Amino acid sequence: MQELFSQYFIYWLILILFMIGPFGMIYKKNLVKKLMAMNVMQVAVIIFFLVLGQKTGGTLPIEMHGLAGVENYINPLPHALMLTAIVVSLSTTGVALALLILIQRRYGTLEEDEMLRRMNQ
Amino acid sequence: MREQLPALIIIVPLLAALAAPLIAYLSTRLLRIVIIGAILVSHLSALGTLLRVLAEGPWHYRFGGWLPPWGIEYVIDPLSGSMAVLISFISLVVAIYSGPFFKADTWLRKGIFYALYALLTTGLLGMVVTGDVFNLYVFLEISSLAAYALIASGGHKATVAAFRYLLIGTVGASFYLLGIGYLYAITGSLNMADLVHRLQPLMDSPAVLTAVVMLVVGMGIKMALFPMHGWLPDAYTYAPPPATAFISGVMTKVSAYVLFRFFFFVLGAMNGPVPAALTVVGWAAAVGIIIGSVMAIAQTDFRRMLAYSSVAQIGYIALGLAIGNTFALIGAVLHILNHAVMKSCLFLVAGGVKWKTGEHTIEKYAELSRRMPLTMGAFLIAALSMVGLPPTAGFFSKWYLVLGAMEAWMWPYIVVIILSSLLNAVYFFRVIEHVYMKKAEPKATEENGGGRELPVAMLVPIVLLGVGILVIGVLNEPIVTQILQYALPGGGR
Amino acid sequence: MAVDFVLDYRPLWAVLISMVAAGLILLSGRHPNLRESWTILAAFGKAAIVYSMLPTVLAGTVLETTPLNIAKGISLHLRVDTMGMLFAALASALWVVTSFYSIGYMRELDEKHQTGYFASFAVCLSATMGIAFAANLLTFFVFYEILTIATYPLVIHKRNEEAINSGRKYLVYTLVAGQLLLIGIIWTQLLAGSGDFQAGGFLAGKASVGVLQTIFVLMIIGTAVKAGVMPLHGWLPAAMVAPTPVSALLHAVAVVKAGAFGILRVIGFVFGPKLLAEIGVATFLAWVAAFTIIVSSLIALAQDNLKRRLAFSTVGQLSYVVLGASLLTPLGFLGGMYHIIAHAFMKITLFFCAGAVYATHHISNVSEMRGIGRKMPFTMGAFAVGSLGIAGLPFLVGFISKWNIALGALQGGQGIFVAVLIGSAMLSSAYFLPIVYMAFFKEPEEMTHHGDHHGQHGEANLAMLIPLVITAVFSLILGVLPNAGGSFYDLAVMTAKSIVGGNLMGGGW
Repeated sequence: MQELFSQYFIYWLILILFMIGPFGMIYKKNLVKKLMAMNVMQVAVIIFFLVLGQKTGGTLPIEMHGLAGVENYINPLPHALMLTAIVVSLSTTGVALALLILIQRRYGTLEEDEMLRRMNQ
Repeated sequence: MREQLPALIIIVPLLAALAAPLIAYLSTRLLRIVIIGAILVSHLSALGTLLRVLAEGPWHYRFGGWLPPWGIEYVIDPLSGSMAVLISFISLVVAIYSGPFFKADTWLRKGIFYALYALLTTGLLGMVVTGDVFNLYVFLEISSLAAYALIASGGHKATVAAFRYLLIGTVGASFYLLGIGYLYAITGSLNMADLVHRLQPLMDSPAVLTAVVMLVVGMGIKMALFPMHGWLPDAYTYAPPPATAFISGVMTKVSAYVLFRFFFFVLGAMNGPVPAALTVVGWAAAVGIIIGSVMAIAQTDFRRMLAYSSVAQIGYIALGLAIGNTFALIGAVLHILNHAVMKSCLFLVAGGVKWKTGEHTIEKYAELSRRMPLTMGAFLIAALSMVGLPPTAGFFSKWYLVLGAMEAWMWPYIVVIILSSLLNAVYFFRVIEHVYMKKAEPKATEENGGGRELPVAMLVPIVLLGVGILVIGVLNEPIVTQILQYALPGGGR
Repeated sequence: MAVDFVLDYRPLWAVLISMVAAGLILLSGRHPNLRESWTILAAFGKAAIVYSMLPTVLAGTVLETTPLNIAKGISLHLRVDTMGMLFAALASALWVVTSFYSIGYMRELDEKHQTGYFASFAVCLSATMGIAFAANLLTFFVFYEILTIATYPLVIHKRNEEAINSGRKYLVYTLVAGQLLLIGIIWTQLLAGSGDFQAGGFLAGKASVGVLQTIFVLMIIGTAVKAGVMPLHGWLPAAMVAPTPVSALLHAVAVVKAGAFGILRVIGFVFGPKLLAEIGVATFLAWVAAFTIIVSSLIALAQDNLKRRLAFSTVGQLSYVVLGASLLTPLGFLGGMYHIIAHAFMKITLFFCAGAVYATHHISNVSEMRGIGRKMPFTMGAFAVGSLGIAGLPFLVGFISKWNIALGALQGGQGIFVAVLIGSAMLSSAYFLPIVYMAFFKEPEEMTHHGDHHGQHGEANLAMLIPLVITAVFSLILGVLPNAGGSFYDLAVMTAKSIVGGNLMGGGW
């Protein structure tokens, strides 16, 4: 158990970070907080991928003289993938914020209860 | 040029999407021509690719000449080829249809609508032709972002629906990303063909189990599999009609396709945790079919009724995957095709009625058969097909599904399918009664286009899809034996 | 018995001609004369096609065509065997008569929605041909469901609250039944590997008794709903809100007979009498049919509305067909099959008469019919012929089928059913002959509110009168010469023989 925690500590952290997402989206009533929870969730996934590429003792994946062999470099692929994922996450946030502005203009609030009340009037 | 066909499927609509706002500034007439032309090129490329694939076997197209597993490759086999043809066809039809809806809008709105529309098409097409699981994620997000924005353009309630869909959809996409993260962690590969080999010895590892769960949740949300369908009714109801027709027709199906691809091609249906996952999917689908149908009966808004019906219909597809024998898989793939055509047709009709009369409740459909005989004829065919009456297309997917369920001796599924067609009959015949029998109250307000049928640009797509339902129904055997059969794992043997 | 199979597209044309006509009818909705000429053309064309195949079929040749495959491994298989020929010849001949009658009826009453009416009617006839010629279960089912849907617009023709409710009732019964039939068909398909009809059945030894019994029940429920076997008959009286020509052709000939025909197919060509005798469910069906015959006649006695009385009579008479088939004896099968013909001619006459009385004098209840025979002697004369035929009077067509069914019952050693037949014959006299009596021998009532401006009408108009006289005369002729017109009796004999594989006489199998 001890070992499980120490060796996979980072994964537990990611799991907690990831679960903040759904939790926040369900329990927070403010739409902006929901959006933030979603962002936290995306960050968790990004960190997960970065951890996959990490190696103890590895260095930047730029070829250096005297350092041959893949074991000396960390895996660059997850980083490349996550650059894309960050862009995606950024766009999603952008679209979401635009939607929130529209909602704010129309209903004058971003509190879900209040918004629903005004919606059904 | 012929060698580059698979790339054209994606690149042409993508370029059109990027150029759309600029072209709209120059001329909105030109914009429509460019968008429809781009989707047409994409459709023809998909068709050409499919024909070659059927003749010569799967086509591996390498972008920039990079070899897999390093480079991204597009793999077009009969399954993804037919999906691409279907998506681009529906997209084309709906693009033609959407014209009259934006007559009064500014060039900017038109430009952005068509840009998003082409982007959505690109994303969905990309999801089916790609052979790389991360590339699939990127296309998934492209299509999703475009869809959020398209849905949001439907008005105030649509904005809220789109925001909800955005939150839930992103959760789904994150789950998917995490799922492929696990697969990558244990195999070090993101290429589907490569994964197949590398995963075989690892199928019993807990990482694969986790990945499968993540994939089911992620794609389950995206395809609105019960109980993860909460976002769908609002999104379909409030989105602008052309967008709904396209989104309802193909978007959930593409996610179903992804699940199919992963379970039956990448992981293998018999391996490790997959059978258990399929059983869960099957039961979720069965419950979803019943709940969706019952909820559809309770609706008074025609579009909302169709939306709940979609929840039920996606269950048919999932059920076919869950049963998993040849007949059931044929049924599932055929139902992807059928339901895309039927549901798009129905939403086009709903949009047409909304455009013409401004109404969308079933009550207000009274006596529409007199004013819009052709539209309502198409609606009638689509409705009968949804109920699953021969010789419409819907009957035949049901036939294969029940045949598959019977062969696998899964009685509860048969009961669900049969019960669901009867429930479908309840809510569709209710609409039919209104359309053909109820007397309409005299209307005070002026209608678009007077008392006549819809304009040609809207009527042609509706009639085309309506006739298409009959054609698919009558010609289902050639479609199945000459295309879809090869689309199954192992060539359908 | 060697059977020649010959490839021939005529069965397909027979199905398609009225489908095409339906399209033309819809297109020419604004020109009633053009529209009606399509109906007439298609009716004559269809009859010509069907009757051109008759000599070949009588010579023992089977015509068939498989224009395309309808599902993986199953083709749309149309085959003209003797039994299909019997049904097709009947339906196409009566469609000609009914077309003229419909035109007369609809114009007399100046009904709305005539275009949809004639188009649906044409589609119904296509489906009926398809059912008659279907050579496998899936083909049968496809046309069976087309018939279900095409009949719906006819049931709700009047578009009022009552019609809509009847339409719902009709759909609930038929759609549920259709789905059960579908399960049975798919099950059979999997067990036997194919669903091709085969004289004498093809399911023997394919599954355990329990499974076969379940399939039989599913299929019989699916078909018996259309045939109006109690307790599944509820839609039939309700559907009588439809215009009378619909009741005449569809609810006496095409739709309900499609159900009865389906039962004959299931018993004779899917299971086969031998297998059914082994698994022992047919006796149960025979008792249900006997129950239906008696009870529906009793209910008919109490009906005042003429069409409802006819409807319950139909329910009872259809069960003769079911009874004949479920006796599992050659003569019973023969009688049951011939009763399809016999009942069709008699009941269509009766419905035509009811429609003529309603269209001309707006009378729909039995109690209002006093003295009507003096105004409409031909109509009520035809009605008398039909009534006596239903009652089973010798030298009328009804006698021949009942005689054979009774012989079939004796052949199978189930004499009790003869008593049922006799009882039913007496009951039918009891519910029809008083009408005839009232019409001819009672003084007409004083001018009622109906009579005021219709008083000057006497006989029905010719477009209605001629068809009903023709069918009545045919009921007489067929009673003396059972082969007149379409060699119906020979066809029935040939079918029964093909199922038995030999002689009809000699008791049992």
